[in-house]
Amino acid sequence: MTKDIKTILLAHGSGGSHSRRLVEDVFAKAFTNPLLAPLNDQAVFASPSGRLAFTTDSYVVKPIFFPGGDIGKLAVCGTINDLAVGGAEPLYLSASFIIEEGLPMDELERVVASMAKTALDAGVMIVTGDTKVVERGKGDKLFINTAGIGRISGSLDLAPSGIKPGDSVIVSGTMGDHGIAILTHREGIRMETPVESDCAPLHTLAKAVLEAAPSGVRAMRDPTRGGLATVLNEFAASSGRSISVREDDIPVKEAVRGACEILGFDPLYLANEGKLVAVVSKESTDAALDAMRSHRYGRDAAVIGTVEEGPKARVLIETSIGNRRILDMLSGEQLPRIC
Amino acid sequence: MKYVDEFRKREEAQGLLRKIREISRREVSIMEICGTHTHSISKYGVREALPPNIRLISGPGCPVCVTSAADVNRLLDFSRSRRDVVIATFGDMMKVPGSSSSLQEEKARGGDIRVVYSPLGALDIAREDTGREVVLFAVGFETTVPTVAATMLAAREEGLKNFSVLSLHKLTPPAMRALMDTGEIDIDGFICPGHVTAIIGAGAYGFLATEYGSPCVVAGFEPIDAIMGIYMLVRQLEEGRKDIEIEYDRVVTWDGNLKAQEVMRSVFEPADSLWRGIGNIPGSGLRIRDEFADMDAEKRFSIPPGEDAEPRGCKCGSVLKGLITPDACPLFAKACTPEFPIGPCMVSSEGTCAAFFKYRRAA
Ligand code: SF4
Repeated sequence: MTKDIKTILLAHGSGGSHSRRLVEDVFAKAFTNPLLAPLNDQAVFASPSGRLAFTTDSYVVKPIFFPGGDIGKLAVCGTINDLAVGGAEPLYLSASFIIEEGLPMDELERVVASMAKTALDAGVMIVTGDTKVVERGKGDKLFINTAGIGRISGSLDLAPSGIKPGDSVIVSGTMGDHGIAILTHREGIRMETPVESDCAPLHTLAKAVLEAAPSGVRAMRDPTRGGLATVLNEFAASSGRSISVREDDIPVKEAVRGACEILGFDPLYLANEGKLVAVVSKESTDAALDAMRSHRYGRDAAVIGTVEEGPKARVLIETSIGNRRILDMLSGEQLPRIC
Repeated sequence: MKYVDEFRKREEAQGLLRKIREISRREVSIMEICGTHTHSISKYGVREALPPNIRLISGPGCPVCVTSAADVNRLLDFSRSRRDVVIATFGDMMKVPGSSSSLQEEKARGGDIRVVYSPLGALDIAREDTGREVVLFAVGFETTVPTVAATMLAAREEGLKNFSVLSLHKLTPPAMRALMDTGEIDIDGFICPGHVTAIIGAGAYGFLATEYGSPCVVAGFEPIDAIMGIYMLVRQLEEGRKDIEIEYDRVVTWDGNLKAQEVMRSVFEPADSLWRGIGNIPGSGLRIRDEFADMDAEKRFSIPPGEDAEPRGCKCGSVLKGLITPDACPLFAKACTPEFPIGPCMVSSEGTCAAFFKYRRAA
C-alpha cells in the first residue's frame, strides 16, 4: 500500500500502479464523493440552472504549513472566495497537485485531509484532479491548482464599474493577518502574540451581505496579494471614481501593527485570505455592516471610507494625524527595511 | 479606549503643527538625515502641513541609496563569478540596478541569493548547509552594525567555517561633516535618526553644534515624534540656540548603548568609504579587523572593485546631498518609477525618490 512508502517517489507520477494507489489511497479516500468515485478522466454532473461562474488559481506557499492553515486549506478557500466575491455559490472544485519528489507522504496526507475538511465544511465537492511529480529540487515541496464552478442566482451583477459616489467601503475584518503569519513563521520571527492566518471560506459571509443588501452591493473582492490598497486601486480604476479611506478606521491587529513597525511593512499591502472588501450603497451600509458583524468571519467588520465623485480615479487616505495622501498600488513586493 | 487614543494622537499632531506655525518666523532649511524619517514625513503628509518658510531637505540616510555604484557592480560581479556561493542580503538591496543587472536578476539567472531579515538569518543558512560558503552583503548604518558584529562573534564561537561578511557599513556623523564641508548647501539644523543614535548616543553630534553652529534634535519615527522634533529644532533656531536635544528620550541617551559600541569595536574598525553621489569620505566606513580576517569576505574571496558608473541621467547624487528634490530629476516619475527604477533612491522604501513618488504625486 501507499502507506508503506513514506515519501513521494517519481514513480508516483508515472501513471502506473504507484500513481493509481496514490490516487485511490490518498486523494479519492479523503475527497470521497459520488462524482469523484468512478475515478474517470472527468466528473459528470447535471448542469445547474442559471448562470455559472468558473475560476482557477494556483497556490504556492512557503512553508506549506503555517499558523492558522496550510497550502491545502488555502487552495480550497482561495477558489471558493474567488467565486464568492462574484456572488456565486461554489459547487464543484478540481484539485491538481504538483509534488516534489521526496515530500514525506504524511505531509501530503495532512494537506489532503485539510482540503477535504475545508471542502466538507464549506459544502463543496472536489470532483476531479490530477497529480504530477517533479524531480527533487525542481519544485518547492508542493504546488496545488484548484479550479471551481459556482452558480449565480437571479440577475446579480457585481462589477466595480457600478460603483457610485456616496457608496461606502466596508472591510470584513482586520488587515494583514495572513501576510504577517506567513512571514513571521517562515523567518522564525518570534512575537509576543503570534498571528494566525485568517484563511477561511467566505461564501456564506458574501451570501449574508448580499441577502441583507440585495440591491445595494456594488462590488466585492478578497484582498489577497497586494492587500487592501491594491483592491481599492482596482475599484477606483474600473469605476473611474475616487475612493477616500480613513487610516484610523481600518482594523489592524495590534500584533500585526507591531510586526509591520519592526519590519517596515505596511499592513494595507499585506495579503489576507479570509477577508472581504465590499462597496455598498449609502442606504445599504448599515444592513451590510450588521450582516457581516453577525457572521463568524466578519466580527471586526468596519466602514473604512467612501466613494467620491472624482476627478481622478485614485485612492486617498486620511492618515492617523489628520493629513491626506495618495494610497498607491504596491509595486513589486514589500521587503524588510534596513534601518 | 483605542478610539480615544487615536483621537488624541490627531489632536496632538495638529496642535504641534499649530505651535510650529505660531513660533516660526525665519526661513530655515532642516535636513532629516535618515531615510525612515523621510518615509514617515512623506507618508503622513508632514511636509505639506509645515509653513512655507520651513524647508525640509532629505539627506543621505538610506543605506541602500548611499551604497556606491562601484559597490553595487562589485556585488553583481561577485555573484556572477561565484554561483556556488550563497549570498545573503537585506531587503531592498535586491532591486538596486547596477550597470548591467540587479541582484534580483542575478537570482533569476541562477545565483543563490537570499533575502534575510537579520544577520542571524544568514548564519542559519550557513548552519544548515555547512558544505557551502555563505556571504552576507552587509549594508547599513550604526543601527545594524552591532547585530552583524554579534553574529560574527556567534559564528566564531560555534566554529562555523563557511560564513563570511562583506562589510559595506557606513557611519553617520562623518557623512554629516562631509556634507557641511562641501559648502554646497545651507543647512540650519539636523533632525537626527532615532535608531542610529540609540547606539552611538546624541553626544556624537556635538561637533555639529560647536564647529558648524548647527543645532540637532534626535527624533523617533512615529509621525508625532517627527513633528515634535521639527518643533524643537524650529524653537532652537528661532531662539538662536545651538544645542543637541533629544526628542526620542524613551530610547536615546547622551552616551548611547555602550555595550553595542563595544561589540561593534571588537569586530570592526573605521575605514574610508565610497558614498553614492558624495564620493570617498574618510573614516565613514567600517572594515573587519584583522583578528576576524577569516570571516572577511573581502579577503577570503579577494573581491575586486566594481565599475563606478552612475546610471545615465540619474540625479541620485544631488538628491542624496539634499541639493534637489526628486521632482527636479528629469527622469522622475517618467523613465524612473518604483516598478522600473533607474537609481537606488527610487528602489528602497526609504529612498527619497520612492517616498516622493509614493506619497507626493498630486495628493
Ligand atoms: S528619480 Fe530616479 S533617476 Fe532621478 S534621482 Fe531619483 S532614482 Fe535617480
